[in-house]
Amino acid sequence: MAAVDDLQFEEFGDAATSVAANPDATTVSIEDPGETPKHQTGALRGSGREEDDELLGNDDSDKTELLAGQKKSSPFWTFEYYQTFFDVDTYQVFDRIKGSLLPIPGKNFVRLYIRSNPDLYGPFWICATLVFAIAISGNLSNFLIHLGEKTYHYVPEFRKVSIAATIIYAYAWLVPFALWGFLMWRNSKVMNIVSYSFLEIVCVYGYSLFIYIPTAILWIIPQKAVRWILVMIALGISGSVLAMTFWPAVREDNRRVALATVMTIVLLHMLLSVGCLAYFFDAPEMDHLPTTTVIPNQTVTAAKSS
Amino acid sequence: MAEAEESPGDPGTASPRPLMRDLKAVGKKFMHVLYPRKSNTLLRDWDLWGPLILCVTLALMLQRDSADSEKDGGPQFAEVFVIVWFGAVTITLNSKLLGGNISFFQSLCVLGYCILPLTVAMLICRLVLLAGPGPVNFMVRLFVVIVMFAWSIVASTAFLADSQPPNRRALAVYPVFLFYFVISWMILTFTPQ
Repeated sequence: MAAVDDLQFEEFGDAATSVAANPDATTVSIEDPGETPKHQTGALRGSGREEDDELLGNDDSDKTELLAGQKKSSPFWTFEYYQTFFDVDTYQVFDRIKGSLLPIPGKNFVRLYIRSNPDLYGPFWICATLVFAIAISGNLSNFLIHLGEKTYHYVPEFRKVSIAATIIYAYAWLVPFALWGFLMWRNSKVMNIVSYSFLEIVCVYGYSLFIYIPTAILWIIPQKAVRWILVMIALGISGSVLAMTFWPAVREDNRRVALATVMTIVLLHMLLSVGCLAYFFDAPEMDHLPTTTVIPNQTVTAAKSS
Repeated sequence: MAEAEESPGDPGTASPRPLMRDLKAVGKKFMHVLYPRKSNTLLRDWDLWGPLILCVTLALMLQRDSADSEKDGGPQFAEVFVIVWFGAVTITLNSKLLGGNISFFQSLCVLGYCILPLTVAMLICRLVLLAGPGPVNFMVRLFVVIVMFAWSIVASTAFLADSQPPNRRALAVYPVFLFYFVISWMILTFTPQ
């Protein structure tokens, strides 16, 4: 009940969703609420002042608030269209990163931080940093593990950068796309109160990957236990951010479908982290030292037993 | 055939320019990078010859002499090229999308010229590596690369930071940091055969 009240309170407080009225009219109905105020103000003030209003930009500011974040009024082949995806300040990016690191139970990352202003800056540069963090940390870790070996010749393993880039960017774009498609399909069957646009999903996924950057750097430590603890912590944090974001979107649906969706999201996330750990980081072979001491023991015990 | 000074951005002028003047312009910009001051020369008279020379030099020096360069794991010539130019273009696009008022080629010019300290670091590293591998060798190289990396960052932000609104400056500067960090990593991990 508290969750429903929360949602209702947020709907009234957020002017965008209350005016849009239809929950999943994200792109279709943008013109109607946008155009009627313009016509009204035009009729009230007379035709001569319409140009002044447009020059002053009043209409634009009204439109941006009413269009529920669909301020992409430029056609998609202009540069301005893409600039709307980078309309964030430094403190906003930091806030979003902080939100992805500290998941608060019951609070939705999208509603709390993104607030109809999804950006592509965060997802793109967090993925780029993660690609290089994984590749460089993997390389360093392998170097440190094989440091004493005489047969080991250090190679920078530059191929792995392109492989890491393919994996990370594919995950950050294809999984949100599949999830968005799935949610749209379920929305057509079951009316959900909460629905997300494609960019908001990309945004959540991008920011949720931030925790893996320090995790990848700490994976340099060549201890299996440490690495697996890090995997669990990172998965716990980012998995819970994703789960808490998408649970409201599937909650209205069939119980099993909802649970299966959230489980799949978390499972894919786990596959990504475990896969990266396995591929880029060699297993710390701690049997170098023990083998040299075990073999003499075995020969000694064999000699004793015989 | 001496003409009045034309800016390199001038299209359609068919008159030939003396080679020495171009080389001097490139050299002057190298000096501006090495001693970064608040001046507009790099931005106003942009050219891409300097970045091209630096990129080719860096890519050539990152090659090894071994026969089976495929298995070596180091960056190929084309990979270095792609990283430098693709990286510079991405940073420029990022800067413009965030609302910066620097032109596309000016930004490419600045980013390309500020690779100069790292190219010098590569040269020093290759010379130091002639003395043979070892931990002291590595510490010297690490120190040189770190200093040159800091120099590149300072030089490029001196030119680029002013073109961004103050509330987004960090967002525009971070990719520059990442870009030079990756190049520094490539230089530091260079191991000759």
